[in-house]
Amino acid sequence: MALADRINSLSRRLPTWPVYILVAAWVAWLFWLGLSGQLGPEPINTLERKYGLFALQLLVAGLAVTPLRTWTGVNLIRFRRAIGVSAFFVVLAHFSVWALLDVQRLGAIWADIVKRPYVTVGFLSFLLLIPLAMTSNTWSVRRLGPRWRQLHKLTYPALLLGGLHFWWLTKGWQWEPLLYLGGIVALLSLRIRLGARRRPTRARTV
Amino acid sequence: GAVGSALPAAAQAALEPNPIEDIRTYNNFYEFGTGKDDPARNADAMVIEPWSIEVDGLVDNPGTWSLADLMDGLTVEERIYRFRCVEAWSMVVPWNGVELADVLAKVGVNPEAKFVAFETVVQPENMPGVRRQVIPFPYVEGLRLDEAMHPLTILATGIYGEPMAKQNGAPIRLVVPWKYGFKSIKSIVRISLVEEEPPATWNIINPREYGFYSNVNPEVDHPRWSQATERRIGGGLFSPRQDTLMFNGYPEVASLYEGMDLAEFY
Repeated sequence: MALADRINSLSRRLPTWPVYILVAAWVAWLFWLGLSGQLGPEPINTLERKYGLFALQLLVAGLAVTPLRTWTGVNLIRFRRAIGVSAFFVVLAHFSVWALLDVQRLGAIWADIVKRPYVTVGFLSFLLLIPLAMTSNTWSVRRLGPRWRQLHKLTYPALLLGGLHFWWLTKGWQWEPLLYLGGIVALLSLRIRLGARRRPTRARTV
Repeated sequence: GAVGSALPAAAQAALEPNPIEDIRTYNNFYEFGTGKDDPARNADAMVIEPWSIEVDGLVDNPGTWSLADLMDGLTVEERIYRFRCVEAWSMVVPWNGVELADVLAKVGVNPEAKFVAFETVVQPENMPGVRRQVIPFPYVEGLRLDEAMHPLTILATGIYGEPMAKQNGAPIRLVVPWKYGFKSIKSIVRISLVEEEPPATWNIINPREYGFYSNVNPEVDHPRWSQATERRIGGGLFSPRQDTLMFNGYPEVASLYEGMDLAEFY
C-alpha cells in the first residue's frame, strides 16, 4: 500500500493538461513522419494502424482507471477525463486518415460504412464516443448530474466495438487483437461485478 | 521462349517500376510475421543455399532438381509487371525470370495433368511466423495447367537484375501478374503436376474471401473491402487511388476464362 500512497500523492501534485499536449504532439509527430517519407513506402496504412491502435490503448487505459483503484489503491481518477478526451482525439485522427487519405471518395466512404462489417462496427464505436467527448467538461457533468454517469457507460459498448473492429480486420490467426478483445471483456466484466457489489450497499444506506 | 513477346514492349515501357526499397520493405510473407516490415527484418535467417525443388506427380522426369539444373539452358528475361495485392495496394516490379511453360516442358508434363501445385519452404527455426502458426504451413498454391502455361506466367529469380531478396521469395518464386499477389507463391520447394484442383492456403483458411482463381477483378469485391480501386505504393501521404484494371491490365488472359462466371469462380 505504501507504493500506492506514494504514487497517489505524486499524481495529486501533477497537472493533467500534459496528457493532452503529449497525445496531440504524438499524433502530429507521426503525421510529420509520414509526410516526410519516414513511415515506409505506405504511410497512409501505417498512420491508420498506429492511430487506431493507440486510440484503443488509451480507451482501455481509461477503462482500467477504476479497477486499478479498486484492486491496487492507485488512484488516477483525476487523469481519466484527459485520457478519455485524448482517446477521442486519436480516434478522430484515425477516422480522418481512413476517410480522407485512404478511401478518399465520399461515396466509397459511405459504401464501406454500410457494406463492410468491420468498418460498420468501427464507425459505430466512433459515433458512440462523440456524445461522450462533447460532455467531457465540468459544465456538462454538473448539468447532467446522475445522467452523466449513465451516458458515459457508452464507453463500454464503444470499447467492445473497437476491439471487435481490430480483430475483424486482421488476416489469419493473430494474437494481438484477441488479447485486446480479451482485455476489454475482462475489464468490462470487472465493472459489472463491481457494480453488482456496490448496488446492495447503496440500497442499505437509503 | 519465343512466345515471351506476348507482352507488347510498349505496355512494359509504359510502366514505371517502384524503387527497389519499396519492393524490399513492403511485403507479405507470413512465414516471417504479419507486419509489412517483418519479412525485411526477419527473412535474412532463411537458408537458400543449396536449394532444390521436388518435382513430382504426372511428369516424365520426377525427382529432386537443383535450382541450377532446373534453370539450365533457359533464358532469363526481364518482365516489368503490375503487382496487385488482394489488400488493394499495388506496385510495379521489374522481375527477372523464366517462363513457367519452359520449366514445365523440361520436366515433361503428362497428358492427364490438369493442374500445377506449388509449395513454399518451411524452416521453423528460421521463420518466426511458422513457429506462431499464424496460418497453416507449408504455404501452398496452385494454377490450372493452361494458366501455368500462359506466356505471362513466370518463375522469377531476380528483381532489377539482382538476385531476389529473401523477403521477396528467394531464390525462386512464381509470378502470375493477372492474379492477386498471394497466388504468386514464394520460395518454392515443390512443384507437382496433378489431376485435381490442388489446395491453396488462403482458400483453405477462408474460402468465402479467397477463391482458387483469385483473378484481379474490380467488379468482384473482397467481402471486407472493395476491389474497384487500388493505391500504388510509394506515392506518399496524399497518394491518390487509381482504378483497378480487369485482369490487372492483362486482357490477353481473358480467353482462359471464356464461358466462366468470374463472380462464381472468384
